[in-house]
This record gives sequence, C-alpha cells and structure tokens, in this order.
Amino acid sequence: MSENEPLLSVQNMEKHFPVTKGLFKRQVGAVKAVDGISFEVFKGETLGLVGESGCGKSTTGRLVTRLLEPTAGKIVFEGEDISHMSQGRLRPLRRDMQMIFQDPYSSLNPRHTVGAIVGAPFRIQGVKTENGVKKAVQDILELVGLSPEHYNRYPHEFSGGQRQRIGIARTLALKPKLIIADEPVSALDVSIQAQVVNLLEDLQKELDLTYVVIAHDLSVVRHISDRVAVMYLGKIVEIADRKRLYSAPMHPYTNALMSAVPVPDPKVRRDRERIRLKGDVPSPLNPPPACRFHTRCWKAQEICKKVEPPLAEMVGGHQVACHFPENAPEVPTAESAAKTG
Amino acid sequence: MTAPLDVSGSAAEAHPESVLAGAGKAIQGRSLTRIAWMRLRRDKVALAGGGVVVLLILVAIFSTPIIAAFGHPPLEFHQDQIDPATLLPKGSFGGMSAEYLLGVEPVNGRDIFSRIVAGAWISLLIGFLATVVSVIIGTVLGVIAGYFGGWVDQVIGRLMDVFLAFPLLVFAIALAGVIPDQGFGLEGNGLRIAMLIFIIGFFSWPSIGRIVRGQTLSLREREFVDAAKSLGARHGYIIFREVLPNLMAPILVYATLLIPTNILFEASLSFLGVGINPPTPTWGGMLSEAVRFYTLPHFVIFPGLAIFITVLAFNLFGDGLRDAFDPRAH
Repeated sequence: MSENEPLLSVQNMEKHFPVTKGLFKRQVGAVKAVDGISFEVFKGETLGLVGESGCGKSTTGRLVTRLLEPTAGKIVFEGEDISHMSQGRLRPLRRDMQMIFQDPYSSLNPRHTVGAIVGAPFRIQGVKTENGVKKAVQDILELVGLSPEHYNRYPHEFSGGQRQRIGIARTLALKPKLIIADEPVSALDVSIQAQVVNLLEDLQKELDLTYVVIAHDLSVVRHISDRVAVMYLGKIVEIADRKRLYSAPMHPYTNALMSAVPVPDPKVRRDRERIRLKGDVPSPLNPPPACRFHTRCWKAQEICKKVEPPLAEMVGGHQVACHFPENAPEVPTAESAAKTG
Repeated sequence: MTAPLDVSGSAAEAHPESVLAGAGKAIQGRSLTRIAWMRLRRDKVALAGGGVVVLLILVAIFSTPIIAAFGHPPLEFHQDQIDPATLLPKGSFGGMSAEYLLGVEPVNGRDIFSRIVAGAWISLLIGFLATVVSVIIGTVLGVIAGYFGGWVDQVIGRLMDVFLAFPLLVFAIALAGVIPDQGFGLEGNGLRIAMLIFIIGFFSWPSIGRIVRGQTLSLREREFVDAAKSLGARHGYIIFREVLPNLMAPILVYATLLIPTNILFEASLSFLGVGINPPTPTWGGMLSEAVRFYTLPHFVIFPGLAIFITVLAFNLFGDGLRDAFDPRAH
C-alpha cells in the first residue's frame, strides 16, 4: 500500500431502507438514508462528518463498519472491497476497524465487569496476549485514564465520562488502525466533553490512529478534525480542510450551519448575520429532486430544481456540491458548475 | 448545540474522575444481582413469602420423616376414628387430637395432616417442574423470536397466540382420559405426574416467551450488541454472553410467579378428577372429596388453606423479586 493510497475509500455508497406495507410486505418506498456518497480517509488523519440529525451520518458510520450492508456502492478498506463481504470473512478485518458508540449508558453491558467488557475483543477475536488478558486490559485502562483497579467493577458504578473511557478502552484493545466515532461526546456533560476529545487526540498521536468522527457539534468537529465533510439529507454537500471550511464555507447549507454556532461574545454576536433556514428538513422518504437543499436555500434558482450539482473540487481540495457556491474564488456561472460533473 | 468548549487546557491535569480510582488493592464491584439481593433483604413482606416458600420446600422434601414423626401413613384407614352410624369422625372438630393433628377424613378416617404433607410434595413437584419446562421452551423460543425477528418472529408470535387461545382445561380433561396406565417406563400416577408436568409446562410457556421476546427485542437494539457485532462476535456469543445475562432477572421473577399458577392448575385438574388419581393425596383431590362433606369445615379448610398459603407465599416472594430486580416497574 503506497503512502497516498487512502486507508478507507467510499465510492457512491447508498443505503436505502425499504418501507413495506401490508401482509405481503410489498415495498412501497425507501428511506434514502445515505444516497450516493463518496469520500476518502487517509492514514493518520481525522475526518469529521457533520450534519443535522437524520441526515444519514450515523448510517454512514454503521455502513463503513459493516453493521449495515450498503444497497449500492463500494467500501474499500486497506485495499479490500468490504461492501458485501460476509460477516465471517469480515471478522479478521474487524481488528483493524473499530467503533466508538454514542451512548455510554447503552454501549456497555450492565451485567459484565469492566474487565469482561474491555477483554471481550481478545476473547471474540481469539487474540493471545503475552501476560494474559487481565494484564492487557489493565494496561489499556491506564492508557485511557482509568485505574487498573477498576477491573472488577461494573459499568453502573461509573460516571458518563468514565463509561465513555471504558468504551474507548474496548475500542483500542486490538490496536485498530481506523476508528469510527459515532457522536463520541454528545451524550456527555460539556465539562467532560473536552476531556474525552483531548483523550482521543492524545491516543491518536500515541497509537497512530485514523479517525472518522461523526458529530453534530461543530465546535467538537472543528477541534478534532483535519478535514470536515458536511452532510445534508443523505448526501455530502461539502468537504474541505478544517481551516478552509470554517473560514470560507462555500455551500449555503454550511454557511447556515456556521452561523448557528453560538458566539459567547455579545458584541460579536450583535454584528454577526444569522442565516435562518426556513422550514424543516424534507423527508428522506421523498427527497427533493436535483439539489436537495433547494427547498430551503435562499440562493436557489430554476437550475437547482432540475440539475443536481455534482460534488466538484473548487480550490485546493475544497469540494462542494452547489451551483452557486459562496466564497468562491471566481464565481462560476451555473452552466460552468453543471459542466464540471 | 452546546456552549463552545474550552479545550485549550491540558487534558493530563483535568482528570477529576480519576480521583475515584483510589490507591492500593483491587476494588470488587457490586453487580446488579448483588444490589438486587440487598434490596430484597430490606423487603419484609417478600422475605416472609420467601421464608414460607423455603419451609414448604423443606416440608415437601422431608415429607416422609415428618409424617412418620407427627402422623400416620397417608393411605392408612382408621375406621376406629369414624362413627359407623354417621360415617363422620368421632371426635370434636373433625377428630382433631394430639394424634391426628388436623383431624381425620370422614368415611375412611385417613390422617388429614399426613395427606396434606404428602400432597405438598406433588403440588410443588408439578409446580416447579412444569415451570422449568415452560421456562426452557419460553426462553429458547422467545430469544429466537426477539433476536432474529422477521418471519421467525412472525411464526413464533402466531404460535404463542394459538397456545394462549387454546382451551387448555378442556384439552387437559380430554387428554387425562386417554393417558394409559403405562408408558415411557412409568406407570400409574408416576406417569400421570409426568404427563401433567409436560401438559402444564407445554401450555404455559407463551407467558414467559412473550416477556423474553419483548426483553430481547429491546436488548438487541442496545449499543453493546452493536459493539459485540463490530468486534466480530457470532450470534451464539451475542445471545449467550450479551443478551441472556440480561434476561436472567426477568426470567427468574416470572418463573417465580408462574409456579403458583401451575400449582393452582394442578389443583384444579385434580379437583375435577382428571389430575392425579386417588388414593394418592393431592390438595385438589382432597378439596374435591371434601365438597360432599360441606358440613365438616375442617375437611375443606385445611387443603384449601394449604393451597392458599402456598400460592400467596410464592406470589409475595415473586413480587418482591420483581421489585428488587426492576425498581422502575412501578
């Protein structure tokens, strides 16, 4: 595997959940949770995935870890196409790809001790450890900032932040290369969020990890990510370097998201223009045609309802799917934007 | 959206949680089961119920020495205690005396105390083993239905509906009539006991099955199941290591509550004369015989009381268990 080859590459991935009706399970439609997205994750980087609830970002995480099977498209992990691989053949690959879950209260089995929870990966994967599983587990507990003495305790004896550390310890047990973190801090108190985010960053440096961090909190994503992808209704509308995205967002939706970030300074807040989006997110059961954002976009024109804007590169790796992007170096006309696809 | 994070500070210093870690020897955590037991120990009513249950079990197990010490063989006739003119017990209060603690039966003068003690064994045996049968069937089918879902769940769900709608009493009466005297290496009442255990257990599994299915459905959606899946765990591992340990509490609780139901069912069948055949003593059978002698309250009261106390004790204990294992049930 060469240096420039991505660790994870997702190509036109789709996940449609069928909606059935009646006795014979006639399919009457599909929830297009993820509708053709492509992105790449390179070794050592952190890709942030943001969007409103229901935009398909969690589904994306579960597809990549193959807890779900994609309806179409390809998922390539370390050069292997895993999109339709059987669970049996996936098992050895799972060591290299792990997941951190959102809810630290639901992600730990209340009947198991911390030792059993963090030791489960060794048992399931049949991994032999040098000084026994217990020693290995205690080492990992220390690594995530817990005490090895916690080995025989039960999850309900810990706080939310500590539980999330236990979850992270389980994720790290087999020394994975890629970690998908699905809203890793959104269930935690704000004061604890920073600790866990910093722990994730420290671990990345120490263990040479690659992250895909799914979150709806733009401040968390900004802090942790190298690149950020913005999702809207099952599509990626913009991918860019963190700096670029936060300083010069191009997609109107990204602009709207950014303007919704609370600003602590009231002076700055007064001067800032807030973009208020009208209406709700349309149903993924029946998404708007062409550009999915045109129903709520203040820049929308006729073409947005007819031609779907492709995710096209603008400047220096900044990709955006919009006919009329903002902050563009030279404002391209609608025609030229349509041509690029 | 939460307030912006101040993440500039060093993470190494900001670990207030690790203060909890303490120093020195390993800490033994308290499992949910241990916490439930501690809660149960504070519940006086449940403890009383549990005490009676234990006492009943001891009586059933040691019925032979108890009868030898305090009574007469349950099948032995004592015509000397019966007034030949009226066929009723000679003594007052149905012939109660130091020798016949609870009096004697009319007509043949059998010792009621001995018959109730001997009947405890059959009632509890059938109540327990029938429950074991239904717990096994109910747990296996409930977990399969809840875990795999889809058409498997549909089939098992309809099967439960059929069993719940089944006119069990009518079926049992019909079946009891055709139970042969011999079969499966058993004969007489031994075979009837085995058949009753099987029939009662086989028809009461849907109540356990439904609870197990429902619990499994909700457990399956918990993230720790996804975590096990993403580690590459097989279905067997997830069912036995992740799901079943969380089902033990509800299964234990509902099994405890099913035992009295099954005891009552056996008593009803014996009362109707389709359960255990006389002369083997059962509480239901004794009640049935006592109906003809309604002028002798002790003959009705003691077997009735035995059933009442047993069912009440199991129910109180079961309710206490449920409160202890699931404090949010209220």
